[in-house]
Amino acid sequence: MKPPPFTYFRPGTLHEAIAILSRTENAKVLAGGQSLMAMLNLRYVFPDALVDINNLFDLAGLDIRPERIRIGAMTRQRRLELDAALFEVLPIFREALKLVGHRQTRNRGTIGGSLCHLDPASELPTLALLLDAEIEATGPQGSRLMPVGDFITGYMMPGIAPDEIVTAVEIAPWSPTHGHAFHEFSRRHGDFAVASAAVMVERDGRGLVERCAIAIGGIGSVPQRHSAGEAALHGSDGGTAAVAAALESCTGLEVLGDFHGSPEYRLSVARAMLRKSLAVALARAGERARSS
Amino acid sequence: MHEIELLINGRPYRGAAEARTTLADFLRHTLRLTGTHLGCEHGVCGACTVLVDGVSARACLMLAVQADGAIVETVEGLAAPDGTLHPLQQAFRDTHGLQCGFCTPGMLMTLIELLRETPQPTEAEIRDAISGNICRCTGYQSIVDAALRVAGTVGMEDTAR
Repeated sequence: MKPPPFTYFRPGTLHEAIAILSRTENAKVLAGGQSLMAMLNLRYVFPDALVDINNLFDLAGLDIRPERIRIGAMTRQRRLELDAALFEVLPIFREALKLVGHRQTRNRGTIGGSLCHLDPASELPTLALLLDAEIEATGPQGSRLMPVGDFITGYMMPGIAPDEIVTAVEIAPWSPTHGHAFHEFSRRHGDFAVASAAVMVERDGRGLVERCAIAIGGIGSVPQRHSAGEAALHGSDGGTAAVAAALESCTGLEVLGDFHGSPEYRLSVARAMLRKSLAVALARAGERARSS
Repeated sequence: MHEIELLINGRPYRGAAEARTTLADFLRHTLRLTGTHLGCEHGVCGACTVLVDGVSARACLMLAVQADGAIVETVEGLAAPDGTLHPLQQAFRDTHGLQCGFCTPGMLMTLIELLRETPQPTEAEIRDAISGNICRCTGYQSIVDAALRVAGTVGMEDTAR
């Protein structure tokens, strides 16, 4: 099918883009377009206007500092996948991005677009939740930073006003010795995940888990932090018993069924992905702690 | 209507399109460059893959107005003006890398991007590159064979035509 008619705006400044959004009813922001264009072609959405922000070049790019990583909302997924400095501090980005669509879509798709689309099965919202990212939204009143938990308000519902644009993502780096892993199961390479599990771990000098984050994507209406699993691992040696407790406590997660499978099936896939991710992240944390 | 000027396979083109016209429809219907095929029209099948400013993109997931001023490469630019096939096209022919030919333009443009970055790709890299292109005839093996056949033999002059 073909997109329905709409008025097209291509502002040259962020100020202008927000002004257009403020005065235009039923407008949608067009970032990389790798979800929105498909939804337009299928006529799932009928915006009266599109505000194309691809000419807002200031919104693309990375600023990596020891205490803070700032990623512009219009940074292309492919750029994040290949960026050597980002890989150095947060290698989980590359691991997750390899699972995002295909190269052709990553060339155009952006981090801000993926976050605002907020598909519960997509990798970047799950990653943002895992890393306690802060989302910067800019509107007529200026910019505000919100915790990712406030940004994720429901199924495909980002916590921004109609006249706001997501402009950046900010993340605090982890210790250089952290371990990471991102695994997902999908029916074909590049498809949305039936379930995904992302893990970050830090161990102390004795090898005990002193910091742990787990995020599960794909099984509920939004990506979820698995706080019971994090608690099971915290302070443990990351051994079989702690891992088993973390897997067992997955029953506390929200799980929905769809044509991919029943809630029971999706939960069992989520557990399998979490088992893999925990094993890899715990081993990596051990290796990096020993070698430093 | 929006006036659009762009460079396609080294030649300047100009045309008018509604804002809602995709780049794929603009290429095919307005400019009559029908080498780019349209399958699913929602970014899944990869048949409409073209190169925009040097990198692959789904032409169905871009508006024509967004390509104003861009450098676009399509399958029509691969063969020489006298009709001599590009080495990658010749390899597809030699290994039976196509049957109905519907997916072929997207497969070729995707592999051209890969070969420019990685002149000697491994089989795994080839399979990863074409993972976003669906073929319902070949079972992919003969397409992978074609790409492996030209691996290491296709120079920049061949891919930068």
